[in-house]
Amino acid sequence: MTDLPLVAAPPATKPSPIVAGRRRRVHRLSGRDRLVLGVMVAVPTLLQALLIWIPMLLSVGLSFTRWDGLELSNIRSAGLSNYRYVTQDYPPFWPAVQHNIIWLLFLAVVATPLGLLLAVLLDQRIRGSRIYQSIFFTPVMLSLVLVGIIWQLMYQRSDGLVNHVLGTAGTSHAVDWFGDSDVNLWAALVAATWRHAGYIMVLYLAGLKGVDPSLKEAAAIDGATAPQAFFRVVFPAMRPINIVVVVITVIEALRAFDIVYVINRGTNGLELISALVIQNLVGEGQVIGVGSALAVLLLVISLVPIVFYLVRTFRGAQR
Amino acid sequence: MPAKPLPLPSDSGDSGQPGPSRRTLLKGLGFGTAGVLAAPLLAACTGGSKPSSGGSGSSSKSLSVGSGSSDDVPKRAYQAVFDAFSKQSGDTVKVNTVPHNDFQNNINSYLNGSPDDVFTWFAGYRMRFYAGKGLAAPIDDVWEKIGGNFSDALAKASTGDDGKKYFVPNYNYPWGFFYRKSLWEAKGYQVPATFDELKTLSAKMQKDGLIPIGFADKDGWPAMGTFDYLNMRTNGYQFHVDLCAHKESWDQQKVKDVFDNWKALLPYQDKAALGATWQEAATALGQKKSGMYLLGSFVTQQFTDKAVLADIDFFPFPSMAVEGTDAIEAPIDGLMLSKKGANNQAAKDLLAFLGTPEGQDTYASIDTSNLQTAKGSDTSKFSPLNKKCAEAIAGAKYISQFFDRDALPAMANNVLLPALQGFLKNGDIDTKGLEAQAKSLYAA
Repeated sequence: MTDLPLVAAPPATKPSPIVAGRRRRVHRLSGRDRLVLGVMVAVPTLLQALLIWIPMLLSVGLSFTRWDGLELSNIRSAGLSNYRYVTQDYPPFWPAVQHNIIWLLFLAVVATPLGLLLAVLLDQRIRGSRIYQSIFFTPVMLSLVLVGIIWQLMYQRSDGLVNHVLGTAGTSHAVDWFGDSDVNLWAALVAATWRHAGYIMVLYLAGLKGVDPSLKEAAAIDGATAPQAFFRVVFPAMRPINIVVVVITVIEALRAFDIVYVINRGTNGLELISALVIQNLVGEGQVIGVGSALAVLLLVISLVPIVFYLVRTFRGAQR
Repeated sequence: MPAKPLPLPSDSGDSGQPGPSRRTLLKGLGFGTAGVLAAPLLAACTGGSKPSSGGSGSSSKSLSVGSGSSDDVPKRAYQAVFDAFSKQSGDTVKVNTVPHNDFQNNINSYLNGSPDDVFTWFAGYRMRFYAGKGLAAPIDDVWEKIGGNFSDALAKASTGDDGKKYFVPNYNYPWGFFYRKSLWEAKGYQVPATFDELKTLSAKMQKDGLIPIGFADKDGWPAMGTFDYLNMRTNGYQFHVDLCAHKESWDQQKVKDVFDNWKALLPYQDKAALGATWQEAATALGQKKSGMYLLGSFVTQQFTDKAVLADIDFFPFPSMAVEGTDAIEAPIDGLMLSKKGANNQAAKDLLAFLGTPEGQDTYASIDTSNLQTAKGSDTSKFSPLNKKCAEAIAGAKYISQFFDRDALPAMANNVLLPALQGFLKNGDIDTKGLEAQAKSLYAA
């Protein structure tokens, strides 16, 4: 709030340079335009700074301290000890990193191609395509928390649907989908895929609609088979969509949290970095230094795909 | 064992004075002499607090209470207590109720900011921590009035590290083994008094096709109850409290012994524990799929069928190496005075009021799922099970609060919780790793 007038003030207080500029050269922006533009840039920047940049810098700062969260004077410098604690003493950390990588690979290798497959199939003008689209898209409209709850019902050990279909419900062979740490990650990934594939499908459906049909016709005339036409012509033509999908897949893998938190708060084989951050930062288990260190590590990992994406985007813009 | 029909054989034997006196009192109440017994006690209490409430008139006539008891029944129960207090003293009570998860999660900023005069909280390390930080005010003057209403164990549980009192207990509930009487009668099972008997009984149940010990640990915290009891029975109450406060190292033989003992029990605990919630395990007990279940007495909330509920019985965790069954796990909820309310006489009067049987009976008249802590409370409405639970607590020399109340919450939730889940999975525990983490967390 305090910064608003500061930014808005300069254009308002000096109308004369604009007039002078107009005399010299064609100036497309009136004073009013500059004011509006100034506000439109300043407000989001301010919000961005207030809600993202400043908290981020504070988190980085806190990750090098010990603090009981009570009085500011209790903050003590801790050097790298929080990072040492996380990487050496904290047993759930490395499994969490591993699970995040598995999560990413699974989404990239299974969920995203599945979404692409659904999109290609539904793009074939089959009867009832709209209905199928709606069905596959429905999970995307549900929050991940709800997805987690729905799949809990499917996976329950004694009376869940999956064990009933397998015929193991009520027997000692019933698979403990959430409790057995050998399978619960995969069970959670199937639930995540259910939602992720629908999301990707919608993106690719839009992408496929945007591909010039004459490209396909040209490929057909040249004697390309349907798969060849798709992989050599249509898929490369959707390059902008592909990049968006890659970024979304990476982001989904890194921010995966809700499902495991609903299942068992991200313990016992379902550790994810995001769940550990919450465990250490929110609530009574709060250890601000350690939680901040975990958050900073997650930030550093997230920066890799973000930087990759930005570099690609800017390079594309320059061309 | 000839002593088997007696539910708490070692309890009544070891606890000496408090046990029998409590029992005679209960018996007296049962015979309808409650009025006779309670009247002098009540009179004594109100008499004791009269001069101060008169004095409060001049200094302060209102107080505020921050309450985390947001569920309908406890909320109404506390309101009844405050109304009764207002009526008696003429002071006005303003209540700020916050959803209990939020209340607990934000307690740091709440106490550090502008707290209410009085706030709902728990005994244990959680209480001593805020007392030590100066965020809670000592209430020794209140305890001078109400001290006689509480057992030594309760007084100890209300004391901070500096020896001053900071807490007024309202109610508690015990942890122990719950089982179905009809199932045990049909199979001829007998209440085990020792750990060896527990193991023998479990083996027998396993042969009968039962899950001997119901167990659920998907949420992580229930396993701490088993750990607490095994540690107290193996190493004694004081060691347990010191370990929780990290005055003892985790990386020592005594801790390893606890887990070695647990390994003997693991084959009898439900194998599917890591995928089940306590509600599911309670249901299994109700359906006679498991033979017994170690949990807090809130387990009875799950038995909506009156016939099943009436069939539930309780026995304390059997004795092992030391102290018999002197220690019991019975988390206590109550009230504390914030630093802001330190000089508010009306707030202190409210605390004193809750420390009387009269105040606690008012609470219990609405929230019947817990047990009053003050001596001389009205137990005539107790179910037989509640009576047994109350006797077990009254007969105990030491009361533990549950690991996440006795220890640094971060140690409980971030360290021991995943460690115990790992132990349940493969029987491995890294005591060196526990110690390394404890060292770092308690230093903060």
